[in-house]
Amino acid sequence: MAEKVLMKGNEAIAEAAIRAGCRHYFGYPITPQTEVAAYMAKRMPKIGGVFLQAESEVAAINMVYGVAASGKRVMTSSSSPGVSLKQEGISYIAGSDLPALIVNVQRGGPGLGGIQPSQSDYFQATKGGGHGDYHLIVLTPASVQEMADLTSLAFDLADKYRMPAMLLADGTMGQMMEPVLLPEEQVHTVAKPWAVTGTQNKRPHNIVNSLYLVPEELERTNEERFARYRQVEENEVRYESYCMEDADYCLVAFGIAARVSKNAVDALRRQGIKAGLIRPITVWPFPKAPIARAAEQVKAFISVELSMGQMIEDIRLAENCRKPVVLCSRAGGMIPTPEQIMQTVMEQNGGND
Amino acid sequence: MGQTARPGRLVPYRMLAPKRVSLFCGHYGSGKTNLAVNYALWLRRAGHPVAIADLDIVNPYFRTKDSEAELTAAGIDVVSLPFAGSNVDLPALPAQAYALVQNTDRYAVLDVGGDDRGAYALGRYVPYIRQENDYHMFFVVNFYRPLTPTPEEALTVLREIEAACGLPATAIINNSNLGAETTAAHVAATRPKAKQLAALSGLPMAFTAAEQSLARADWFPLTLQKKYY
Repeated sequence: MAEKVLMKGNEAIAEAAIRAGCRHYFGYPITPQTEVAAYMAKRMPKIGGVFLQAESEVAAINMVYGVAASGKRVMTSSSSPGVSLKQEGISYIAGSDLPALIVNVQRGGPGLGGIQPSQSDYFQATKGGGHGDYHLIVLTPASVQEMADLTSLAFDLADKYRMPAMLLADGTMGQMMEPVLLPEEQVHTVAKPWAVTGTQNKRPHNIVNSLYLVPEELERTNEERFARYRQVEENEVRYESYCMEDADYCLVAFGIAARVSKNAVDALRRQGIKAGLIRPITVWPFPKAPIARAAEQVKAFISVELSMGQMIEDIRLAENCRKPVVLCSRAGGMIPTPEQIMQTVMEQNGGND
Repeated sequence: MGQTARPGRLVPYRMLAPKRVSLFCGHYGSGKTNLAVNYALWLRRAGHPVAIADLDIVNPYFRTKDSEAELTAAGIDVVSLPFAGSNVDLPALPAQAYALVQNTDRYAVLDVGGDDRGAYALGRYVPYIRQENDYHMFFVVNFYRPLTPTPEEALTVLREIEAACGLPATAIINNSNLGAETTAAHVAATRPKAKQLAALSGLPMAFTAAEQSLARADWFPLTLQKKYY
């Protein structure tokens, strides 16, 4: 029987990755995710794995690209400015149909921004980030337990759909400590016949590349890739619904914002206001169907974010202009309080409480 | 440390005579900051003049500064890094920390950063602390942390910290906990490990610490910060 341990979110990511069979980590330190690298630096040499602090984020993501081509489980982690630097490599990995895990423990931006928590890389994570037509599977943990669990899931989904996955956390999730039941050691057995592992003169060469000289072929490759994306949208949407059965107001929030929102829902209910929460666990694919269903029932949506309002656009697309969607947010490293969220809901409730 | 203390023996905190300087070191996330804050408040309640300094140059979140209002209200001087809690990720030490170490009129509580890397920063103050020679250097351990699950692994961290800062630890604090899920049984279950660490290191146990609603009579009761998420 496994026992719980007390972990920082960043450590939980690292340990869960190791238990998911990841033996290759390439990164460059940046607050507030440095513990991922620090943990890997301590553990990887003991288990025959590779920890490498690259000379830059650009180098690190290209090392990830190389190992991914060999079919091994591989990851990198960074925080917002560092993830921006990785975007070219992520596009190449997506364009080569390779599985890999990219962790973004977000901090305030744009530019060098700050080191305090943020969710303002939502657009970058869900709408591409790099160039070209592609998606990442984007998972958003809201507890240290989920930092571990979604790391395992991200590796599995990346392998299954041959595409990069991103764990989109924030500084608070990375730094906070909670008890965790770590996932068991995993033996992954997904066949990777495309992997560049040496032909032994027994098969034709595998070529991993994102360059297509014939436009028709590039178009066809894009179409095939998007057929896979449709499967992901059909099969891999994940969300949590909290107190939505009779809700008049639907908060939508992920990660740290969802934790504050849950407390706000409880406090609002104590005051007789029927609030509920839809917490996307995948933000790509976005849980459009539950939002659309909620639009039949609720009076308004409240998008709670640590940004100037990014996910709110996906909520509006999903609920299709049927109900008002308002923003409740803080930016620059600040976190909304339950009181701020309650105030926003009460304003929708005609201002009377 | 009291003269009667022997390795492996539990000294109830009430019997632990405070020294002029109290340092809290340990592995990342072992609870150094919480202990330093609570220990400073305990000293203050006992009527002593107290100042606390945050020397953690490693961790940018969850710091002594988060308890500044409570500490200040209790009449404790708080010396934080100039940029703590801000967006400046600059590991600069507060100039006033020298005054804390050198001014022997009041009790000083020093919150040292995690692991050996955090303890390097302490090195610059060590000559003064050694010269005065009136200090506790508490090694804080949480056996529920995944990199210090055994007394042997905790001892490795302890020796790395001592080597980094050049100051030997003087006593062990068992702060084993599982965050909000901690029960008194969780804490009690780690006491054999704590005693073994004391025996391995040759250091006495200072005390066992636990959240105040869990703490038994001979444990050091901790008040923890409230979170709204």
